[in-house]
Amino acid sequence: MGTNANTQPSNDHLATPARLTGAEIVWATLVGEGVTDVFGYPGGAILPVYDALRKFPIHHTLVRHEQGASHMADGYARASGKVGVAIATSGPGATNLVTGIATAMLDSIPIVCITGNVSSKVLGTDAFQEVDITGITLPVTKHNFLINRTEDIAPAIRYAFQIAKSARPGPVLVDITKDAQQGTAIFDFEAAKPRPVRPHPMRKIEDSGLEQAAELIRHAKRPVILAGHGIIESGAEEQVRTLAERAQIPVALTLLGLGAFPASHPLNLGMMGMHGEAWVNHAIQEADLLIACGMRFDDRVTGTIATYATKAKKIHIEVDPAEIDKNIKVDIPLMGDLREVLEQLLPRIPSRDGAAWLKTIDSIKGDAAVRDIKNLPDSGHLYAAHVIHDIWRITGGNAIVVTDVGQHQMWEAQYYHHEQPRTLITSGGLGTMGFALPAAIGAKFACPDKEVWVVAGDGGFQMTSSELSTIAQEGIKINIAIINNGYLGMVRQWQEFFYERNYESTPLVSPDFVKLADAHGIKGRAVRTRAEVASAVEEARSAPGTFLLNFMVEKEESVYPMIPVGNALHEMIRRPGKDPLVESPDDK
Amino acid sequence: MLHTFVAYVEDRPGVLTRVASLFRRLNINIVSLTVGRSERAGLSRMTMVADASAEAGHRIRASLFKLENVVDVDDVGQTPAVTRELALIKVAAPPSERSYIFELVEVFRARIVDLAPESLMIEITGVESKIEGLIQMLNETDGRVLEICRSGKLTMRRGQHTSRVLRAMETGEAELPVADIEARENFEDGTAVEPE
Repeated sequence: MGTNANTQPSNDHLATPARLTGAEIVWATLVGEGVTDVFGYPGGAILPVYDALRKFPIHHTLVRHEQGASHMADGYARASGKVGVAIATSGPGATNLVTGIATAMLDSIPIVCITGNVSSKVLGTDAFQEVDITGITLPVTKHNFLINRTEDIAPAIRYAFQIAKSARPGPVLVDITKDAQQGTAIFDFEAAKPRPVRPHPMRKIEDSGLEQAAELIRHAKRPVILAGHGIIESGAEEQVRTLAERAQIPVALTLLGLGAFPASHPLNLGMMGMHGEAWVNHAIQEADLLIACGMRFDDRVTGTIATYATKAKKIHIEVDPAEIDKNIKVDIPLMGDLREVLEQLLPRIPSRDGAAWLKTIDSIKGDAAVRDIKNLPDSGHLYAAHVIHDIWRITGGNAIVVTDVGQHQMWEAQYYHHEQPRTLITSGGLGTMGFALPAAIGAKFACPDKEVWVVAGDGGFQMTSSELSTIAQEGIKINIAIINNGYLGMVRQWQEFFYERNYESTPLVSPDFVKLADAHGIKGRAVRTRAEVASAVEEARSAPGTFLLNFMVEKEESVYPMIPVGNALHEMIRRPGKDPLVESPDDK
Repeated sequence: MLHTFVAYVEDRPGVLTRVASLFRRLNINIVSLTVGRSERAGLSRMTMVADASAEAGHRIRASLFKLENVVDVDDVGQTPAVTRELALIKVAAPPSERSYIFELVEVFRARIVDLAPESLMIEITGVESKIEGLIQMLNETDGRVLEICRSGKLTMRRGQHTSRVLRAMETGEAELPVADIEARENFEDGTAVEPE
């Protein structure tokens, strides 16, 4: 239960090869890889591993559902930049990890999941709690291992860490049979080191590519930098900023790129795509050059591909060659690590006067402020936008915010302005409801001194709310904001716009979340009016332990702007105001 | 459009499944897949024919390289290459039909490999159109063809070496750092490698 009685210093194991059990080798290898925290749930097939834990200086957090463990490892990795680790038993324990593994796969997050399996003698016989987890996770892992010999454990785990972290990061699963855990072998940490990473043979930067890219940048009249998650994974924030400032190029961000470029920077346009602000998407559609940095032209970002940025040439700096030309055909692919590529590109980029284009974009912003819900008259209704805005203001924009999936996620992206990388933790690619609470727990373990907020909808929160017990058991402090509108909000919005308000299976009866928190020994408060928001946020922050705020917001509010599937990036539905509902530059 | 890839993959359990799973994930149909030993110890040679858009070739090759067990991938494309399949065809052959079938076999340069009172078995290798041609001729009489067993396609480039890496090794000019090539060699028997 998390007690770490060190009966043997682990450094001994690293310095001198020794004969250990497979279970001990698991922990010794993790210690050698720098792991300090793991998240998991024991069971029969992983019991030997759990039995050996007390000899090693690693903190184990007991979860309430293995999905929580996988999201915790994920949130830990996103907040820290280290590899997150989740541990589960065979059969149902392993299958419960799959959603979290897929979440990490689609957002390229480095996690290693270690599962126990039945003894190799009965593998393949439908034994008790046996499941072919390596087969099941083939499409959602970068790679996986089935280990049935004790001597293979250390090399596999070390190799798993290398795969998880290298090039485009992602999840790796290591499945270890029970007899392998129970056997013994000589553990030699250094000898278990994997061969050097094989660079992807198609990934190389030609001088001509850099020169062509530089040429395009020098002569562009309306360039835009598209900033994505790759900037954060590559640690290229400074290089992107230098490029933007020196060449005076505005920067649009993907959801996962938020924080990669400071929100308050004058060149920051904000988030692009399906729920991005109108002027950002208009700018992209009018651009003559797009410089895509660590982003993959996801369908949420492009709208209809045939009409995406047709006037623009495209430079794509991307570490994964398989992403080049996958969705959007680009003119100059630069396949390499983003920071390394920019280091080579920057010397060729002179200062540039971008004033004219920046002024044009400013004028496009135009009446957007009028439509912004923050600026609508306070009719006493409580809107999620108010809540997020107040949280942003009161935290000074310095908290780590972990969102769930849905309308609140989009409002968070629109109203919490992230200045630093690794301060917004959100499931973008898979859009996994239930992500927020466990991921926030992982983030808190990664950054114990930082303020961590959960922003979740009533739907998503219920999916993994049992992890409130994990919080109670671990005694950590997280501030929880539930945006409670009594609906599966985003689905309801689609039903409103595209299914003639047929709210099939979207009205949601939820528990009283404050009472639910109280049942876990966690304090909380309901908030119903605009006027109470700030004081409630302050109360949560200053409470010594975890505090839950149940914001009862406007029931049928929609996220604007919105680009319906099948529309071009500039054909967005805008908030009803003085102007007609659907707008494109051709109106007026 | 049909794309033909030749890949060298590590000869270990599960590699075939990984490749098949990749194509499922990319939602690309595998028309033909053969795998067998290659000239290099520990490496199997896989020939895949996939039905995908013209632009998909780059993505398929790039995705295959991302698999840990894949060592090299060649997109044969339209380059000069020898492509062969093998088929075993069992036909109903009452004595009255025999000589006609023998003539067909002669014309198609195939072989009779089994003879039974009422049937015989034909073995034929060649390009797909040749095999299709024989089957079409045999099918002209209903009920004549009893069983067909076809292998997938095998492909090998004419003249130059298929693998860029192997070619680099032969000429001694490494396109990859030498340590990587040595490392790949050592990995085949599962041992770890000293760092360079």
